[in-house]
Amino acid sequence: MKPLVLTLKERPAERLDLSPLLPHLLAGKSAAEIARIGVQTTRRPLIVGDVFRMRMGDVGRIHIEDGCDRLDWIGHGMTGGEIEVDGDVGSQAGRLMTGGRLTITGSAGPWAASGMRGGKIDIGGAAGDRLGGPLPGEMAGMRGGVVIVRGDAGERIGDRLRRGTIIVEGRAGAWAGSRMIAGTILVGGSAGPLPGYLMRRGTIVLASAAKLSPTFIDCGRHDLVALRLLAMFVGRYSTRAAKLLQRSLRRFAGDMAVLGKGEVFLAERSS
Amino acid sequence: MRALIANGVRIDDTFAEAFGMRATALVVTADSAAWARQAAATMTGFATSVIGCGCEAAIDREIGEKQTPDRRPGVRVLLFAVSTSELQKQLAARVGQCVLTSPGSACYAGLEGEESLKLGNALRYFGDGWQISKRFGGKHYWRVPVLDGEFLCEATTGLTKQAVGGGNLLIMGESARSTLVAAEAAVKAIARVPDAITPFPGGIARSGSKVGSKYKSVKASTNDAYCPTLKGAVKSALDANVASVLEIVIDGLTPQAVADAMAAGLAAIVKLGPRRGAVRVGAGNYGGKLGPHHFHLKDLLP
Repeated sequence: MKPLVLTLKERPAERLDLSPLLPHLLAGKSAAEIARIGVQTTRRPLIVGDVFRMRMGDVGRIHIEDGCDRLDWIGHGMTGGEIEVDGDVGSQAGRLMTGGRLTITGSAGPWAASGMRGGKIDIGGAAGDRLGGPLPGEMAGMRGGVVIVRGDAGERIGDRLRRGTIIVEGRAGAWAGSRMIAGTILVGGSAGPLPGYLMRRGTIVLASAAKLSPTFIDCGRHDLVALRLLAMFVGRYSTRAAKLLQRSLRRFAGDMAVLGKGEVFLAERSS
Repeated sequence: MRALIANGVRIDDTFAEAFGMRATALVVTADSAAWARQAAATMTGFATSVIGCGCEAAIDREIGEKQTPDRRPGVRVLLFAVSTSELQKQLAARVGQCVLTSPGSACYAGLEGEESLKLGNALRYFGDGWQISKRFGGKHYWRVPVLDGEFLCEATTGLTKQAVGGGNLLIMGESARSTLVAAEAAVKAIARVPDAITPFPGGIARSGSKVGSKYKSVKASTNDAYCPTLKGAVKSALDANVASVLEIVIDGLTPQAVADAMAAGLAAIVKLGPRRGAVRVGAGNYGGKLGPHHFHLKDLLP
């Protein structure tokens, strides 16, 4: 069966809340019922039928065409199925997602994968700041699942990451993995200054970093079985990130300003 | 006892009586096949019989570097015990003393089961707070810092309650030498059967036992009916021409694995024939009332 296709008619005049458009929420609904779902973020009511041209299909696979950066909360709390967005998305895409696949061919705004617990998010373009991070007031960020960013990512990716894997094939901004609780971050390109800032536990693997905090201690070069296993796991999603793990890596333990049980692996320049 | 003759080898019309056991499996890897074998051999040492060793364990098979979780040479080890708690105790003690200590080793679950046993979850405390937990790809690993780098160990491994222990073959020959040749051929054939092990030295037990003894404190004693030196002195099960008896004990993860292993061993003995190998093959049982699994030799013939 073909997927449910929603094509954006024009760039909306306001930001839209697309969190009701999830496979498990649409299950059993007719085309007319789906068209009546409200997606407004202002007092003026706005329904799916107002902003999208709809082609009914299998609601387990939702295809959004002509995405734009005003489409917020796509895949918010998604539990399974598949959402594919052709184009960009707004903020908090895939927030609190627990399962399924969210694929975005364009770029994502800030807080994509925020508080994610499971499933997979694949962002073809760039990701904004605080990828996987918590919203203000929350104790932990992402705690499961896999996020892949094919382009660059903004500042503070994996802020307060607790579990799960973030893979950035391009570059990452400053403070990658800040305040990390645990989990894994890989950056195939260069990272901005102070990666792993105040991280407690967890693993960050970087091709290079603009500046490493002096509170990270050089533990020497190691060939670890754990990194081989990680390379095989990551290879399923990104050959570029898997290649990074095959390079000679130097381990830095930190952040000694806090607990100091985390680690940053840096690829050595000579190899 | 009625008997069948296959290629000149007499097959007793009897059966091996086997018992249900708890079992688990591990994959031990290292930088070389030799060191993977070394770690596995060490952890399966002194694991011939549950009576005196707490568990029965042996190498199931070697695994090429393309098949192991970390793409290094590995060995699959099976462990059998009479209870889950004893199996857990033996697993933690043996992996902790023999695999954790072996250079370059890593240890993974070798069995998927509905229930699990602690593996890394029991050993992680060796890290004294520096152990690192990693979860990815649906697996949970512990990284324990050790003197040559890190010991990587999966958190848990599977447990099966369908395992069977005590499948056996009694191999009887006209000389000690020909009996050993037949037993060795059988062990070699059984080694190729997956999910089954022969836990005794080189797969062979020369001191087959019976339950009980004339001494109160001894739970098992020599199977006098099969001792060639006691022919005539006791109610012997041996014919005049039998000069030596060797036993192969088989444990398997499933009843089918034990049956396959016994069939493979039997086929190897029959193929060898009575001139070079054994003249007769029997099996040990307790009259059929104790063990739920009966493996009849006549059903297992090639």
